[in-house]
Amino acid sequence: MHNTNLEPAILTEYLLHLADDALILGHRNSEWCGHGPVLEQDIALTNIALDLIGQGRNFYQYAASTANQSGLRILQTVEEKEINEDSLAYLRDTREFRNCLLVEQTNGDWAKTIMRQFLFSSFQYLLYSKLQESRDSVIAGISAKALKEVTYHMRWSGEWVIRLGDGTEESRHRIMQAITELWTYTGELFAPTDYEKSAADAGIGANLPSLKTEWDKRVAEVFHEAILPHPGGTGEGGLTADPWMQSGGKSGLHSEHLGFILTELQFMQRAYPACEW
Amino acid sequence: MKIISDISIEKVREMLEEVTDPEVPVLTINDLGIVRDITLDGDRVEVTITPTYSGCPALDMIAANIRMTLLSYGFADVKVSNAISPAWTTDWMSEKGKQKLKEFGIAPPNAKPQFCNTNYFTENEAVQCPHCDSWNTRRISEFGSTACKALYQCKDCQEPFDYFKCH
Repeated sequence: MHNTNLEPAILTEYLLHLADDALILGHRNSEWCGHGPVLEQDIALTNIALDLIGQGRNFYQYAASTANQSGLRILQTVEEKEINEDSLAYLRDTREFRNCLLVEQTNGDWAKTIMRQFLFSSFQYLLYSKLQESRDSVIAGISAKALKEVTYHMRWSGEWVIRLGDGTEESRHRIMQAITELWTYTGELFAPTDYEKSAADAGIGANLPSLKTEWDKRVAEVFHEAILPHPGGTGEGGLTADPWMQSGGKSGLHSEHLGFILTELQFMQRAYPACEW
Repeated sequence: MKIISDISIEKVREMLEEVTDPEVPVLTINDLGIVRDITLDGDRVEVTITPTYSGCPALDMIAANIRMTLLSYGFADVKVSNAISPAWTTDWMSEKGKQKLKEFGIAPPNAKPQFCNTNYFTENEAVQCPHCDSWNTRRISEFGSTACKALYQCKDCQEPFDYFKCH
């Protein structure tokens, strides 16, 4: 039932990329738990965190079974043991993570967290829409399930962007600041790494550049509704027509933030190896 | 020690009526529609379930409860496996389950045509208050006390309530 056109090492790296994106953003959102501006929105963000961590688990499980079946040694830190979803999340170091830079950026204020979620959910929505037709039936199944969840994430965060942009002077100032801080990390979403190119060529992954037009359109619609300048445009408040884009996360070259995330996320397993409770 | 023999799949499904959703205890796993398959092999049984949401934290507990329940009926071996595809939908919830939800004070999911779309600030789904049956309700939050619910309030009786959202 699985697809075999892709080398196990490349398939595993691609799966880790999908899982890491979901886990790291889920972890970031979970940092809001108990700190949200109002109870309902605190709960909303925690629910989104739960969905994302669940999606991450599904991809990690598949990555682990692929790696184990083909005898891949993808964990430098673990000796002759079978890997599983937990060891993939807890025992890899920063350079081994394949998430994009956008998801590891700090929460900042509410506006920055909302903007990060909106930019990423809009991407993830298009990505999973394609992946649910993947030739790999496991990826297709996980994505079809996740797509329903991401639809809610995208709508919730998009409505918040509109509320903040077309809100008070303060909220507008903050959401514009968030765009300025985060826009430089959006280019990486559509710039495929070698493993993403191979996955797309095999009909397993998505062709990322082809998602860009639709993503631009969806983001522009919401920014227009929110009376926000589009950073890609040259109008008032726009950055430049072709702004510099940061990349590297998907190849393991991360911002300093990921190290801090992993320090907290992995503390128990690092301090007390193989502990269970 | 009870020994299981000559048992039908329908009988196993009846036994599973004892396993409830820990987050919505009024619903059995049959009501929820998450039991995907049951296969019997002598005194061994395999039950395949499907998660409602990818991150549903109740799934491991449900699997453990299925094992405990069926072992107590005398099965020698109980395996619980997990199937993600096709994705669970609230369409699989039984009519009996929807009725029980309403009596419990949770508005049951509407039929599929009202499934969440991608448009922003669209009209709220019309949801009926489980307490006074009024349709004059408003959505407070897209996300409620668990992943599968949204938070609503009735504008007639003023009661807040959970809505088991379409999925």
